Amino acid sequence: MTSTATVRRPPAALTFRQKLNRFDYRASPYLYIAPFFILFALIGIFPIVYTFNVSLYEWHLLKGQGDFVGLDNYVSVLSDPFFWNAFGNTISIFLLSAVPQLVIATLIAALLDQTLRGRTFWRMSILLPYIVAPVAVAVIFLQIFNQYHGPVAGLLELFGLDPIRWAFDVFPSHVAIASMVNWRWTGYNALILLAAMQAIPRDVYESAALDGANKLRRFWSITIPMIRPTLIFVVITSTIGGLQIFTEPKLFDPRSNGGSDRQFQTIVLYLYELAFPRRDFGRASATAWILFLVIILAGLINFAITRAIRTNDARPVRIPKVRDTLITTRSVSTSPARSRSTTTSTTDQRGGRA
Amino acid sequence: MSTLMERTRTEPTATTEAPRYRKGKDHERPGILTYAILIAFFAISAFPLWWSFVISSRQSSDTNLVPPAVLPGPNFLGNAAKVFETAPFLQALANSVIISGAITVSVVFFSTLAGYSFAKLKFRASNGLLLAVIATMAIPTQLGIIPLFMLMAEWEWVGTLQAVILPGLVTAFGVFFMRQYLVDVIPDELIEAARVDGASMWGTFWHVALPAARPAMAVLALFTFMAAWTDFLWPLLVLGPRNPSVQTALAALSASGGQTPDHSLVLAGAVLSVIPLLILFVLAGKQLVAGIMQGAVKG
Repeated sequence: MTSTATVRRPPAALTFRQKLNRFDYRASPYLYIAPFFILFALIGIFPIVYTFNVSLYEWHLLKGQGDFVGLDNYVSVLSDPFFWNAFGNTISIFLLSAVPQLVIATLIAALLDQTLRGRTFWRMSILLPYIVAPVAVAVIFLQIFNQYHGPVAGLLELFGLDPIRWAFDVFPSHVAIASMVNWRWTGYNALILLAAMQAIPRDVYESAALDGANKLRRFWSITIPMIRPTLIFVVITSTIGGLQIFTEPKLFDPRSNGGSDRQFQTIVLYLYELAFPRRDFGRASATAWILFLVIILAGLINFAITRAIRTNDARPVRIPKVRDTLITTRSVSTSPARSRSTTTSTTDQRGGRA
Repeated sequence: MSTLMERTRTEPTATTEAPRYRKGKDHERPGILTYAILIAFFAISAFPLWWSFVISSRQSSDTNLVPPAVLPGPNFLGNAAKVFETAPFLQALANSVIISGAITVSVVFFSTLAGYSFAKLKFRASNGLLLAVIATMAIPTQLGIIPLFMLMAEWEWVGTLQAVILPGLVTAFGVFFMRQYLVDVIPDELIEAARVDGASMWGTFWHVALPAARPAMAVLALFTFMAAWTDFLWPLLVLGPRNPSVQTALAALSASGGQTPDHSLVLAGAVLSVIPLLILFVLAGKQLVAGIMQGAVKG
């Protein structure tokens, strides 16, 4: 209460208007954040918490709540080979999309981090796939990866290779689905990495060049270490997204839930199949919580790695305003906004007009 | 052979560029290889969309052509008309505009309001509450679909647009994004001055904060609209086939057709579903690029 001493004036002579004014001053901050918290409690917090409640019961989509079964739903999900199949498929598709995507995005970002002609055009061109919704991506790639006709089959034929059964064999189907993810997200992630690269002070490169470091050496010894927080941010967002992949595998064979033989059924597809076609809300909820814990675990691992890197590093990484690692990595990609305007103007002066 | 061609092509450019860029360091100028890779990447980025358009303007059997067809045919309008006959696509477009529009207005307004409060107003527990916002950003809300579905069934909202709109009304990320922007952009003195002049809290928000927040609001609106437009899982659960969104209508179109799907028809649907965002991309692509580079997206 002592901290409010400045606000507390001699209380006697307050008019109604002054009281109203004071109420306005004190209550408004809370009123302004209230809609967010009330709505988020309803659509964000309640569903996650209540999912846990549902997971402890036998719960049918139509019949509703049944007997309390404790952790039985978790036991039955974790001992279901189809769950582990879905888990393995998810990891496989995730690795096939995250790894090439990160490598190519970094390369493209490095190429864009030069005084290019038509800079705006190149930046926009790599973002084109991002505006195509996952449903449309899946519909289009379903045709591109058609076993018998379409561009990929044509290409294989051109090289005299046998047709690949994209929708039936496990590994090829994972490659096809991962390529949808890669196609849509590589350019987007390249832009995030480009922003981080542009935050690196140019004189670091210049002095390294004076010391005789060639382009490749500068890339490995300056660029990569300096953008590492952003790289980790990109990894973690693609992990969270990748673990929840649904649309692409669902539509790769729209009449099944992840392939005729579950060749590409992912965890969320497994959850979806339990909840809707099979109407088993109890086990579906248990699956949701298992996935939730896996995602939290992935986040914590990221937190640990980021902190380890930051304490080991003496490099001047921009210090963000909020002390949170997830945010730290974002802020590194946020902060260049300001410093970039300076780089932009210098390149413009040099005549690098787009 | 190819190196020879590269040489001859590079030389004239090099000589014309030399005087213009004398000041810059020559080794900083990207070579022809950079442009070659970027062009290849652009071709890969554009090919699936272009090929869809090509097939949707021809007939289904043209997917068989080797090498693949690269020039559009005359049938696009015919195939597009068939899409509108086969699926309730017009209604789907209208529904998606309503859903995405409502979500965008709500997210942008409530995010600006709460972001302003966190950035510029002093109140007890503000730091703790902001941390709560940040912590909730990491929650994969998609995993709450089962209770949300039960709620919609209870309210008899299944099949209605409000069932899709409600779960999108606010995002923790939006609040955090607006807070980060406003904390730097509005000087505290400006708000104090407005107070001294007798403006109410709401008046200060409306006349001082809102105009200052406009650029960030536009970026947030752009990304919120896109996310709502492209969302699939939740609309699939709560919207029936008779009242679809663009995405669920396209998915249904793709699943229809049995053993012999009409590729031109399905791809015409895909092209039609992309056109609205393609227009947005042409009009606001620069802002999208800038937004991503400023971290305006949740990833």
